[in-house]
Amino acid sequence: MKAGKLVLFFPTGAVFGMGLAVSGMTDPGRVIGFLDVFGAWDPALLFVMAGAVSVYGLGMLILRRFPSRNLDLPSAASWPIDRRLVIGSAIFGLGWGLGGFCPGPALANLGALRVEGLLFVPAMAIGMLLAQRFFGADR
Amino acid sequence: MNHYTLWHALIGGALIGLASLFATVLSGKIPGISGVFGRLLVLAKRDPRTQRFSATDKIWRAVFLFGLIGGAALSFGLWQSAAFFRPMRPLVVMAIAGLLVGFGTRLGGGCTSGHGVCGVGMGAKDSIVATFIFMVTAMVTVFIYNRVAL
Repeated sequence: MKAGKLVLFFPTGAVFGMGLAVSGMTDPGRVIGFLDVFGAWDPALLFVMAGAVSVYGLGMLILRRFPSRNLDLPSAASWPIDRRLVIGSAIFGLGWGLGGFCPGPALANLGALRVEGLLFVPAMAIGMLLAQRFFGADR
Repeated sequence: MNHYTLWHALIGGALIGLASLFATVLSGKIPGISGVFGRLLVLAKRDPRTQRFSATDKIWRAVFLFGLIGGAALSFGLWQSAAFFRPMRPLVVMAIAGLLVGFGTRLGGGCTSGHGVCGVGMGAKDSIVATFIFMVTAMVTVFIYNRVAL
């Protein structure tokens, strides 16, 4: 990968971080408000997902329609739906409901130096290292 | 921009989708945040062709995540609605949640962005199943934590 390409990852990441902050996903109150279906339900997360999924899905559809040898796109094929996927996703859901942070918003909150993020992110890194150590990095 | 509406949710979501699209084109990989971060923590592998350790795989991940933090910091400074933050849980719960989120996302091969946005966006069956599972599990967890007094 050329240096010029590596540099482009910074603005790309910045757009991602802006999206998280603008959409309110960096506020665990809003995330838990969505997950709390029997409380004062907050539909915001549904709108965030709708916006993100449709832009990404449509974009990938267009990119695949015009194949180019300069373009190396990842496969859209599904990996097997196995025990690892099911148990891992359930453990993630448990942690997400407990804290109201998923990985992106937790990292984004480092930009505000909030103690929640400063505590959550290292704990998350330890959890990742453990999973990768005992079960491998690839599903 | 200081008063949050569902337009903020929709536009912010579109920015997340757009950035994920750019990152997919640039990296040739599905740029879920848990995978981007988790694989930073794995020792570098030798390039099978040149037999040399390649640093670029680590660099793009780090640059992308620094960009993410920078973009969020900029938004927090610019708009009150973006900086809005409600602490919901005691810090000890946040630490336990972090461990579970890290472990679960790397075991399940994705988080809200990798499975939820990219995988669902491409119509991958495993991602649709994963997203359904973590959404339901998170809702049940919040129900028990918030509504069943512990």
